[in-house]
Amino acid sequence: MADAGMKRGPDRGAPLLWLLFAGGGTVAAMLLPVMVLVTGVAVPAEWMSESNLVSLIRNPLTRLVLVGLVFFFLFHWAHRFRYALVDLGFGPLGRQAWLFYGTAVAGTILAGLAAVRM
Amino acid sequence: MSRELTRPLPRTWWLKKTSYLRFMIRELTSLAVFAYALLLIVALWSAGGDPSFSTFYDFLNSPVSVSLHVVVLGLALYHTGTWIALTPKVMVLWRDDEQVDPDVIAGVTAILFLLVTGGVLWLTLA
Repeated sequence: MADAGMKRGPDRGAPLLWLLFAGGGTVAAMLLPVMVLVTGVAVPAEWMSESNLVSLIRNPLTRLVLVGLVFFFLFHWAHRFRYALVDLGFGPLGRQAWLFYGTAVAGTILAGLAAVRM
Repeated sequence: MSRELTRPLPRTWWLKKTSYLRFMIRELTSLAVFAYALLLIVALWSAGGDPSFSTFYDFLNSPVSVSLHVVVLGLALYHTGTWIALTPKVMVLWRDDEQVDPDVIAGVTAILFLLVTGGVLWLTLA
């Protein structure tokens, strides 16, 4: 990468970020389409009532899973989108790593807070 | 001092070939993943009553939400398809001296996807 000139030693964070990208990508590949079907088709089609949906989300196990999904989804997005921005010619923005992984951390905290305060 | 000797690339390079375009769409499916993560955060806050859950439920029933869901579903399925196609390249398995057929690995992943999809539908709607 072009910004490697100033680096001292290997980038030890990179393998972890790639792992989170891959983990998030796998989770999203398996679960995202069906989740979109639930909130985008099943709810508007009235196959799922408001009380059913809210009690599903309020279930402690669901809450835990949803916070985990937010974490994985956001880290997958952060990594892939950052590189996509570089490929699209927005290199200076794409190299602001903190902005993307910071958003992922902040989003996970927001989700976690909501799940705990419920 | 070292100079960067990279040839400048027009920003529209990915429109020049369909394979480049497919690559860019694949990378941008991450925006759909991001959008859905935001929806999940709002869902969690709404289920706690802040804002009220009916506001969130009404939003899910709105034409705006349904249209966005259609777009996200398209991108999500594209992500799933490309991800499954990549699994045999990431996961090279050997049984004794023979490499497991890449199509078998992708096929098993695809079956897993269908099982997960069916399982979630059954858990949430049954």
